[in-house]
Amino acid sequence: MSGIFSARGWDKIWTYRGTFLLGLWNTVETAFAALLLALLLGVVFGLMATSGKKALVRISRIYVELIQNTPLLLQMCFLYYALAFSGHSLGIILTGILALGVYTGAYMAEVIRAGIESVPKGQFEAAQSQGFGYLGRMYYIILPQSFKVILPPMVNTIVNMIKNTSCLYIVGGADLLSLTYSFVTGENTGGSYAPAYIVCGTIFFLMCFPLSTLATMWEAALKKRERKAVTLKEA
Amino acid sequence: MGTLGNSLSMLKEPAIIKFLLNGVLFTLIISVVAVLFSIVFGAILALLRNYCKRPGIRMFGRLAAVYIELFRNTPLLFWIFICLVFCPAPKFMDHAMFGLSSVNNKLLFKAAAALILYTSGVIAEIVRGGLNSVPKGQIEAGVSQGFPMVAVMWYIVLPQAFKAIIPTLLSQVITTIKDSSFLANVAVIELMARTKQILSAAKRYNGTNAINVSDVFVLFGVAALIYFMINFSLSMVVRSMQKKDAAVGMHIGEKLLGRWHSGYEMKTFREAGAAESIMKEGRKAVM
Repeated sequence: MSGIFSARGWDKIWTYRGTFLLGLWNTVETAFAALLLALLLGVVFGLMATSGKKALVRISRIYVELIQNTPLLLQMCFLYYALAFSGHSLGIILTGILALGVYTGAYMAEVIRAGIESVPKGQFEAAQSQGFGYLGRMYYIILPQSFKVILPPMVNTIVNMIKNTSCLYIVGGADLLSLTYSFVTGENTGGSYAPAYIVCGTIFFLMCFPLSTLATMWEAALKKRERKAVTLKEA
Repeated sequence: MGTLGNSLSMLKEPAIIKFLLNGVLFTLIISVVAVLFSIVFGAILALLRNYCKRPGIRMFGRLAAVYIELFRNTPLLFWIFICLVFCPAPKFMDHAMFGLSSVNNKLLFKAAAALILYTSGVIAEIVRGGLNSVPKGQIEAGVSQGFPMVAVMWYIVLPQAFKAIIPTLLSQVITTIKDSSFLANVAVIELMARTKQILSAAKRYNGTNAINVSDVFVLFGVAALIYFMINFSLSMVVRSMQKKDAAVGMHIGEKLLGRWHSGYEMKTFREAGAAESIMKEGRKAVM
């Protein structure tokens, strides 16, 4: 641990600050693109799961169970090698985005399904009786109401996704953590373990901590409001 | 895909199967050991964070909170890398055993330590959820009976808290089994790493003198199937437990509501409302 205060170590990090910035950029880029893909998949499969049509429910169930019960690392490796050995390599970042998006999409689908199911049945029936079509019903009536239930677990899923960008390491790695690792083990740059890991950990913490705190606060507020509703019933 | 037969022939090699099954065994052992240790550390962290709020001992609560938030908001792989450098491995791991070389044994210890540190933070939050579900009156009643705080926690609060979180802890086992694949980044010990290693040596075994796409599909397919079978059966157990809990809740709710309707005991709307919501929740989960 002696390296923490060595001026030379910190100096080296400042010289190679570009490495960390590049890693941060790659992590943010991967996370953001994967988030868009995950949201798309989550909405589609979440709506399928609550559609009541047996075939659609089953398809969404299979997707969620298959993805949630196998490690992301395995999926990413599989995708990368399958593409590489068939001569269609997409590059590390794009492979990462696809694998991460599909993986997170399964969690998003579950979150959205639970949110929709939390809306009382009467709301669906009322909307239908007012002549709303399926999309109108979902868009105007159901999704806005389920939003407050969906938001906290969705933000937690996003935090996990940001942490999971580190999985890129196994396929060659261009993300923040992989670049930090190759920085500390590199021939010219190596050695300053403690400062480099402190920088990398701080960046991750600064990205994730506000989000997870926000999720916890929302959840607490939601519970408080529910308790209030019960008390109001009493009056 | 003309090489599918060659790829499948790899699975008839007893050495490969044994290598993979040993990996499965390591995956299971690492995960179970990590979760057991993490439950102990996590429970201590949760108790500190939840109940150390008086001026003299507030420090410990704060430290526990810092630990939990730090580990929850940074990746597991980050801690594995750190432990590789900074975590000392004890002497007895520095031998060839469990069919692993001494280098791999040291790596196993360090990476498992990282997994335990990381999972402790997650389980601490789960335990805290359980602690918060125990009514305050339980603690007050215990203290008023003259129990010291430690005894109140050990005999009254923790048993109730753990009973409430058993399903969540089991799903954490699933997560940890998946997380243990991160060890593949640093050492060839568990299932994921071994699958990857067989793939890189596939041309020696499949008879075509090259690594083909079909090898990727067969090897990763087998690994995925194994992970799926373990995790899916665990998640079925979790689900049936939750259903049972919900059924009990529904039963209690119905009973309470029935009493209220017969004008008995329960006088306020509030209690009736609570009973009704318990019953509805339960019914929804059972259906």
